[in-house]
Amino acid sequence: MNRFVLPAAVFGALVLVLAVGVKRAPEKSTIQSVLIGRSAPEFSLPVLGDPAGSRFASTSLRGRWHLLNVWGTWCAECRNEHATLMRIKASGKVAVVGLDWKDQPEDARRWLQQLGNPYEVVVEDRDGRVAIDYGVYGAPETFLVDPQRIIVYRHVGALTDVVWAQQFLARIQSGGVQR
Amino acid sequence: MLPELGTFALVLALLLALAQAFFGIAGPALGHERWSAVAKPAALGQATLCVLALLILGESFIEHDFSVRYVADNSNSALPLIYRIAAVWGAHEGSMLLWTCILGLWTVAVALRSRGLPPAFAARVLGVLGVIAAGFLLFLLATSNPFARLFPAAPDGRDLNPLLQDPALAAHPPMLYLGYVGFSVAFAFACAAMLEGKLDQTWARWTRPWTTAAWAFLSIGIALGSWWAYYELGWGGYWFWDPVENASFMPWLMGTALIHSLAVTDKRGLFKSWTLLLAILTFSLSLLGTFLVRSGVLVSVHSFAADPTRGIFILIFLIIAIGGALLLYAWRAPLLKSSAGFELTAREAFLLFNNILLVIACAVVFVGTLAPLISDALGLGTLSVGAQYFNPVFLLPTMPLLALVSVGIHAGWKKGRLGEQRRRLLASFALACAFALAVLLGINGGTDWRTPVAIGLGAWIILSSLIEPLVRIWRGLSLSRAILGMTLAHIGLGVFVLSISAVETYTVERDVALRIGEQASVGSFEYRLVSMSPVEGPNYDGVRAEVIVSQGGREVAVLHPEKRQYWVQRSVMTEAGIASDATRNIFAAIGEDLGDGKWSIRAQVRPFINYVWLSAFLMALGGTLAALDRRYRRRADAATLETQQATEQPQLSPNPASS
Repeated sequence: MNRFVLPAAVFGALVLVLAVGVKRAPEKSTIQSVLIGRSAPEFSLPVLGDPAGSRFASTSLRGRWHLLNVWGTWCAECRNEHATLMRIKASGKVAVVGLDWKDQPEDARRWLQQLGNPYEVVVEDRDGRVAIDYGVYGAPETFLVDPQRIIVYRHVGALTDVVWAQQFLARIQSGGVQR
Repeated sequence: MLPELGTFALVLALLLALAQAFFGIAGPALGHERWSAVAKPAALGQATLCVLALLILGESFIEHDFSVRYVADNSNSALPLIYRIAAVWGAHEGSMLLWTCILGLWTVAVALRSRGLPPAFAARVLGVLGVIAAGFLLFLLATSNPFARLFPAAPDGRDLNPLLQDPALAAHPPMLYLGYVGFSVAFAFACAAMLEGKLDQTWARWTRPWTTAAWAFLSIGIALGSWWAYYELGWGGYWFWDPVENASFMPWLMGTALIHSLAVTDKRGLFKSWTLLLAILTFSLSLLGTFLVRSGVLVSVHSFAADPTRGIFILIFLIIAIGGALLLYAWRAPLLKSSAGFELTAREAFLLFNNILLVIACAVVFVGTLAPLISDALGLGTLSVGAQYFNPVFLLPTMPLLALVSVGIHAGWKKGRLGEQRRRLLASFALACAFALAVLLGINGGTDWRTPVAIGLGAWIILSSLIEPLVRIWRGLSLSRAILGMTLAHIGLGVFVLSISAVETYTVERDVALRIGEQASVGSFEYRLVSMSPVEGPNYDGVRAEVIVSQGGREVAVLHPEKRQYWVQRSVMTEAGIASDATRNIFAAIGEDLGDGKWSIRAQVRPFINYVWLSAFLMALGGTLAALDRRYRRRADAATLETQQATEQPQLSPNPASS
């Protein structure tokens, strides 16, 4: 049976390597952002659904942990992460700010009415310029901003409860400062 | 409603595939002829349902059904019709459905042409194919159903990845999959032979045309992908040793070895267990390629969304399919003893070296592709393996291989007598050397010793391949499709070697920064940026440059490279401007806007680059001709085989009169 040992060992090693690869694949889907460790780029955008036309500035992303969630009603995956966002809001760990990207305000309002509103405030980025400043790759995308307005983490793609717990909550807890 | 029918069709197809697998394998094993007879109708039904599902998905794309998540993610109301159709296989779910459909088509082809096969053997082949189909259908339904709904429906889609909005790439995946998946037929034949515990020359004769056809499709698929990378990625290269490219190249190399090893098994009844192993390994590499591309374990220009559950599923399937086949091999192959000898200079020996060198070449690619994974798994950090490894190391086995081709095709079976061919072979060798020397002295001052060697080897392969057909025509003998096909494929190899040598040695390229009206010299060419104007397409806008290229004061090309911004995904794509003629491609791509009215322009003049892809089509054409040879059409029973062998020796018998 000796002549089977070597091929079997090679095959086993290959399987092992591939299994480790699969296990680590999700880490690679995190696209590193040059913005991590830097201050959140400045913007001042109209608040969705405010008839008075008030604006929200990124300088307000201070004093507590914020999520900046880039979404749009045209984005299929955004619908998938919506339930997670609702749970995040309920947890009260962070304030969620929505950046409604290249969207119609009436569509966005209808969406929030039908599905529920996970956001403290939603701003309209109708021409997509702010998203360019943030290097947005596609919706949905979520930035974690610490109380000093420093971007700590960026997630590309839909949020899930697992991603939230492993990537976001862990960073918030190790970051310490919570109010 | 229609998408639900699609899901339903896939569920039914899965059930039929399970029936096909069970009855196809259990029937012959238990000797129930009625059970075996179920395999064929089950296979036909399974394949029909898969194609139906693909058509339904296509219909959802054409009708802009954004309530289907896959459509909403990969299409858009502004997307032109042809790309809506190509978008069917533009992302994971659809391309896996295409994979399954093509497996179905191959299965149908085998089922319909199986009348010449013993019924038990045909049932086993269909049974093994059924196992593979069931695995992939289960994969589709469990982790990646393309018909999953989105509720409420999206008002518009996220658009197809702009990189994929290109005609060559629309045809690339179907061709590639026809090749990848086609090797499943050789795999199934190998497994069926091992289950039967019997393998003779007829088996090789049955397997050969299927393998050669799959290999031809794979050649075209790889060439289309490389062509696409050349003009769409904007770097002007044609091969990057990217993991996804390697994933298709490894089965091609192993498949090439398999084709040659099958020839020995067919003609001489030798290399039996080696051929079986190659058939298993070739399809295993196809599966591994699918795994590497679809699980996202390797980062590549081609990899899009990665999902670990999918990776785990394919990995388990990989273990079952490959591990199972290898176990079967370990158990059964020792029964298949080959019992004939041959001399060290006979054709068998040359084909053995061919096999060894091709397998080494494949191992080189394999190690380079998996090295990043291995070092990551061992915790040695991320490692990237690029052209610095592949280019020199890949030449180690392939250079000797090229030298062997020219001689090997003239060696006789069993006894290595070149006979009168010796003179012609020497003449062709002298001609090739003269050609290489002429190129060396005439064009180039001699930069790299590999260039003249490669040019000489390439020319020798072409000249040496031509000897036999020319002599046959001269003597008024008939040329079978097999000989014609082999000659064409080997000429294709020669053309490939020559064109790669020319491209790698004589390319001039430079990145220049130009304002409108300015010019810069690139080698002996002058590139002048004439204008920059806005353009608008159906789903993008951008800028289009006019670049006039002149040589020695004479205008040789006007190029119109574009830089496009696609609206929905907001990604920027380059469309290179290329002017090609018989001897060279003049290439320009727009790079960055450097501000101040300056644009960076990537300028390249690559000689003979079109022949790189042309050579792949020559090889594919040769493979197709060989697969269509008349002897495969006949019902091949052992009695006629012997007589055919006597009359269809591809090499000429030595002629005593002239020696």
